[in-house]
Amino acid sequence: MKPKYFAIPYVVWMAIFVVAPIIFVIVFAFTTPDGYPTLQNFAAMGRFTNIFIRSFWLAFVATAICILIGYPIAYILSREGPRLQKLMLMLIILPMWMNFLLRTYAWMSILENTGLLNRFLSFVGLPTLNIINTPTAVVIGMVYNFLPFMILPIYSVIVKIDQSLYEAAQDLGANNVTVFRKVVFPVSLPGVLSGVMMVFVPAVSTFVITQLLGGGMVMMLGDLIEMHFLGTAYNPQLGSAIALVMMFVVIIFMYLVNRFGGEEKVVTA
Amino acid sequence: MKKKILSAVLLCTILLALLAGCADSSGEPEDTIFVHNWGYFIDRDVLRIFEEEYGIRVNYQEFVNNETLYSALNLGGMRADVIIPSDYMIARMIDEDMLYELNFDNIPNYALIDPRFRGLDFDPDNRFSVAYKVGTVGLIYNSAMIPYEITSWSALFDERFAGQILMFDNPRDAFAIALKYLGYDINTTNEDEIYRAFELLVEQRGILQAYVMDQIFDKLESGEAWIGPYYAPDFLTMHGNNPDLRFVRPVEGTNFFVDAMVIPRGAENRTAAEKFINFMSRTDIALMNMSWSYYASANYEAAAIFAAELSPMEREVVFVGDEDYAKTEVFLHLPPHILELYDRLWVQLRG
Amino acid sequence: MNKKPGILGRSYTALILLFLYAPIAILIIFSFNSTRSRTVWTGFTLDWYRSLFANSSIMDALYTSLIVALISAVVATIIGTFAAIGFHNMRSKWRTPLTHINNIPMMNADIATAVSLSLLFITLGSVLRFRLGFGTLLLAHIIFNIPYVVLSITPKLRQLDNNLVDAACDLGCTWMKAFWKVIVPEIRPGIVNGLIIAFTLSIDDFVISYFTAGGNIMTLPMQIFSMTRRRVSPEINALSTILFLSVLVLLIIINIRGARQEEKQKKRQAALNK
Repeated sequence: MKPKYFAIPYVVWMAIFVVAPIIFVIVFAFTTPDGYPTLQNFAAMGRFTNIFIRSFWLAFVATAICILIGYPIAYILSREGPRLQKLMLMLIILPMWMNFLLRTYAWMSILENTGLLNRFLSFVGLPTLNIINTPTAVVIGMVYNFLPFMILPIYSVIVKIDQSLYEAAQDLGANNVTVFRKVVFPVSLPGVLSGVMMVFVPAVSTFVITQLLGGGMVMMLGDLIEMHFLGTAYNPQLGSAIALVMMFVVIIFMYLVNRFGGEEKVVTA
Repeated sequence: MKKKILSAVLLCTILLALLAGCADSSGEPEDTIFVHNWGYFIDRDVLRIFEEEYGIRVNYQEFVNNETLYSALNLGGMRADVIIPSDYMIARMIDEDMLYELNFDNIPNYALIDPRFRGLDFDPDNRFSVAYKVGTVGLIYNSAMIPYEITSWSALFDERFAGQILMFDNPRDAFAIALKYLGYDINTTNEDEIYRAFELLVEQRGILQAYVMDQIFDKLESGEAWIGPYYAPDFLTMHGNNPDLRFVRPVEGTNFFVDAMVIPRGAENRTAAEKFINFMSRTDIALMNMSWSYYASANYEAAAIFAAELSPMEREVVFVGDEDYAKTEVFLHLPPHILELYDRLWVQLRG
Repeated sequence: MNKKPGILGRSYTALILLFLYAPIAILIIFSFNSTRSRTVWTGFTLDWYRSLFANSSIMDALYTSLIVALISAVVATIIGTFAAIGFHNMRSKWRTPLTHINNIPMMNADIATAVSLSLLFITLGSVLRFRLGFGTLLLAHIIFNIPYVVLSITPKLRQLDNNLVDAACDLGCTWMKAFWKVIVPEIRPGIVNGLIIAFTLSIDDFVISYFTAGGNIMTLPMQIFSMTRRRVSPEINALSTILFLSVLVLLIIINIRGARQEEKQKKRQAALNK
């Protein structure tokens, strides 16, 4: 029995359970509720432009914040001694293992009008903030949930940089800043790209965070799709069209990100 | 040795998987019915009693609003034997042939249902439904934060309460308030009127805190929000947790609803479902549910007994006085093109 | 750049760790609150833990989540292992496109996979007469778990020295025997990792379960979500505390095992170097 034929059952599996579902989505997207082929679902897409824009914008903001906050952590972590690194790593991974819904729910207690943040602010005499049910709350929720997914890939790339590279650069007279700019930063880019993909895609399509922290006031693509399948505006054909357009835009985005990443030369000893 | 252990584990898991997979999808081992109801709408002990008396297990699930129930049923694949939607949704389901007719021979307790709640517009020949609970929509507000009397729906659009206002998270209830406030019929098919209501709702978004259904309990009780519309009897529950809350049926009038038990197409155990419907219509069971949720039962015997136990204020809330009743409207099923319009506007409003 | 981070770096890290753990700490603290308020402390009680265990909806959902996670992880690991080996032995002409298809559930947004699977199950279900339920839930979890298993095993396969397999065959093994005695032990870390990842993803999944479980079965995340749409009870806080402690204990155990294995590796190396 040749080993390469091991994969055949799985190929059949994929045909049924990975490819076929997508075909179904495509078929539904081009159908009317009565079952006739149509382009009306895509024609309706224009109504949702603001939701598309909002989703991509908020996901972009959340991703950017994750990079700004997470990159330094990854870098600092890689500088620590081995034991401390292990400990810190565990501390960063631990929240990821906690249930995603619970972590988001925790922020409700903090951000509500009668929540802990506002109680603290009134206590010290500062004006209260209305963060809950706004896009800010949603972005906070996204950053909180996805930050470890940005830190880890960057860290795992930086930490593999060979010591000799540093020594060589320093021998050539580079100071710390230059070493970072010319050695660390370029090498870390694939990690950053990895992190971007792991943050941006879930951020664009979330509906749990928007429902818990957005109070129904911040509608994103996930909510929109859910509304048309299991929510208050039943229309799975339209929902499939929206999902299809979303998948398409995300694929294009990821392709562009990959191309940009590929352009950089990765330096390894 | 290791290989044997591995193969044994493999075998066990595959068997487990097959067993688990078969155990559910095809059918429950014992007699079971699947019931879908609104949240906080039943005393759970009632289910226990039913299971003991009839030996039929109840798998009880709650839905958020009529539209979500409709979506879940239509998307397919969900088993439900008894569901308890509202009047207009039942009308729509009958129109779209989504229900089974009831065999009233199995539901003798139907005689106890108040004649006022039989043969209503949504089920004129009384073939599909048995009324369960009735009530009205009203406005609930926190008197500690809003120290004067509220009498009109205008309060929900009042700039002074910006950021403290809650609104219904379902299209019909939300539009009904806007339409009533503008003086229109809540079942209007006049597209101009619907658009004007829509514009009012869009304006309201700027001062709204959130769109809610059952989340409103926590929000009003804790003072997180100050004012919101909801179903009258729920006010009594909230009032029990926060005595500062007040209730009013606005002068413009409000919606009177009837929630009824029906059997959807695809139900697998119709006889058991009918037994359940009959059971829920029993006076003692209706009393248990009323005491728990405050919603007036359609069973007139139970309603009379319960009314006698309430204080005048509570009776006002649970049972509508004649004056207010005259100003209420019941939801009717709307024609498909209006429903489409509602869908479109609702998504646009929320987006 | 051998310098360890200074006070600035360390303070920043501490700040971020505070950010990560403050919400969890708040959840835990208020699980002991004597009223149902999530923001005003009124006194200590264990009542919420008691009512948590008495809450049959939550306990049923927990049970469902655990069973689904366990079974789907094991089945996905088995299928994924054979798939990975199969792919590894293919020519890249076939391997590359098949790997791309394999990666689709991983790359796709949760909700896209969820929606596509629900359409598949519903359409097939209306033809083959089955409904959404435990079976489709389990199937969906297996489907999205397999790619991660394959991803976890493939690097180990690449590291596998083909000479070892050839050597075993030269010594007279059939391919099957070589598989069990040589390949599996070498890729075992990848298999174990895949199993753990699959289990974790399955337990934590919400969106895909929401669309494929049908209206009558609840996993733990689904139950939590439905609770947040009603009155929020501190039972959720109690649940969070217990989950957090379990995960903490689990991670500590894994780390201790990892440290012990490293010790073993070091000793082995030292012995070999002598």
